[in-house]
Amino acid sequence: MLNFSDLLPYTDLLLQGLGVTVLLTLYSTLGGVAIGTACAAGRHYGGPKMRWLIGSYVELIRNTPFIVQLFFIFFGLPAIGLKLTAWEAGLLAMLINLGAYSTEIIRAGLAATPKGQIEAARVLGLSSKQILFRVVLNPAFEKIYPALTSQCIIVMLGSAVVSQISVMDLTYAANLIQSRNFRSFEAYLVVAGMYLLFAILMRQLFEWTGRRLFRHRRVGA
Amino acid sequence: MKKMFKGIKQGLVAGAAAMGILMSVGAQANLLGDIEKRGVIRVAVPQDFPPFGSVGTDLKPRGYDIDMANHIAEEMGVKLELITVTSANRIPYLQTGRADLVISSLGKNAEREKAIDFTRAYAPFFLGVFGDPDINVAAPADLTGKVVGVTRGAVEDMELEKVMPVGATLKRFEDNNTTLSAYLSGQVTLIATGNLVAAEIAKRRPEQAPVTKFMLRDSPCYIGLKKDEAELQARVNEIIAQALESGKLNSISETWLKAPLPEGFGS
Repeated sequence: MLNFSDLLPYTDLLLQGLGVTVLLTLYSTLGGVAIGTACAAGRHYGGPKMRWLIGSYVELIRNTPFIVQLFFIFFGLPAIGLKLTAWEAGLLAMLINLGAYSTEIIRAGLAATPKGQIEAARVLGLSSKQILFRVVLNPAFEKIYPALTSQCIIVMLGSAVVSQISVMDLTYAANLIQSRNFRSFEAYLVVAGMYLLFAILMRQLFEWTGRRLFRHRRVGA
Repeated sequence: MKKMFKGIKQGLVAGAAAMGILMSVGAQANLLGDIEKRGVIRVAVPQDFPPFGSVGTDLKPRGYDIDMANHIAEEMGVKLELITVTSANRIPYLQTGRADLVISSLGKNAEREKAIDFTRAYAPFFLGVFGDPDINVAAPADLTGKVVGVTRGAVEDMELEKVMPVGATLKRFEDNNTTLSAYLSGQVTLIATGNLVAAEIAKRRPEQAPVTKFMLRDSPCYIGLKKDEAELQARVNEIIAQALESGKLNSISETWLKAPLPEGFGS
């Protein structure tokens, strides 16, 4: 017998959990894309040492499980004196994770911008700031925007793992409710629905932002 | 299916009848007298439940329960015969007369009390809040402003939630090992768990051994024996009382549980 009214006493817990998940996603998306942009530029234009350094970071993060990275930060780092709270550890893990993945995505965008375009801008007398934002980054981001959107949503969904180190996110709320009233079907169904809604909203927000960022361009250019 | 159920039912009836006969035979004899005549006491101990009973590297059983059995045999002046049992069959061993005593981290409950008799408590078994010796916590009210790690959904999680003050924070982890990691890495300085888990931490990391802050739920272990063996019960009770007074019990606790007996134990 299904009984969703058993979840009502936990409404606050669920909403708080959703809030934590939203905040974690917001910070990690903004920070992660910033890290990714910087590292992509470094890997694409930098010297061999920097390319090697960024390459190592990217490969290290992309080839190890997220939960292991998270546990290493939360349980491992205190051994060398760096003790972060569960929330800080969760956010840091998400930041470096999205940073590494978005580095590769954004680098693809940079690589797809022909060198001649930059040279042409220089000949036309654009300042380096103008070249960076209008000639390099804007078209690069436009090309990889759908892939970047998906990656950010994947990281948001992956944030469920931070409940393992006692961050009170949406999954933590579901786990706690389930352990209290044993209504696993109802608890996980409701939380899955909340994740789904949030993911759809996130995608729409990205599309909306994209239309404003790249509006001077033709669709599909 | 139906046939199988019938078979099980028949087996149960036959078993109960056989047990009834055995029990009535046993009730007439004086088990304490038998043991002294035999010169051997048969004690059922666990072999799969450290630190109460496990198999050592020399393949011999070792643990709190085994030390207790040795002590009782010594005091009674008889030889000890250990019988290893599992938690499922330890009471049947008593009822069928194959063991004289069960020293197997046995907790007391109403159902068991119908089937067997118990002596006084011989070992502490409790859920509590443990932590860093420097933290000043002696009662639930002291937890205000403190963070306690606990395994989600465990009995101690529910018990702690009942008594916890508003200003305290519970950090819930997925399983016992994650809770332990949180304590050992210093992410939490207090944990709610069983005294055996705390003993396990003390064994693995003596320098970080958590001390008992307060008890959440007390369920000590008792020695089980067959019903209506008042002489044997009195004799074992006497030995436990002496061991408690002489400090013998405390030293067994120090050896296996890495902690002294809790205050007021056995009173």
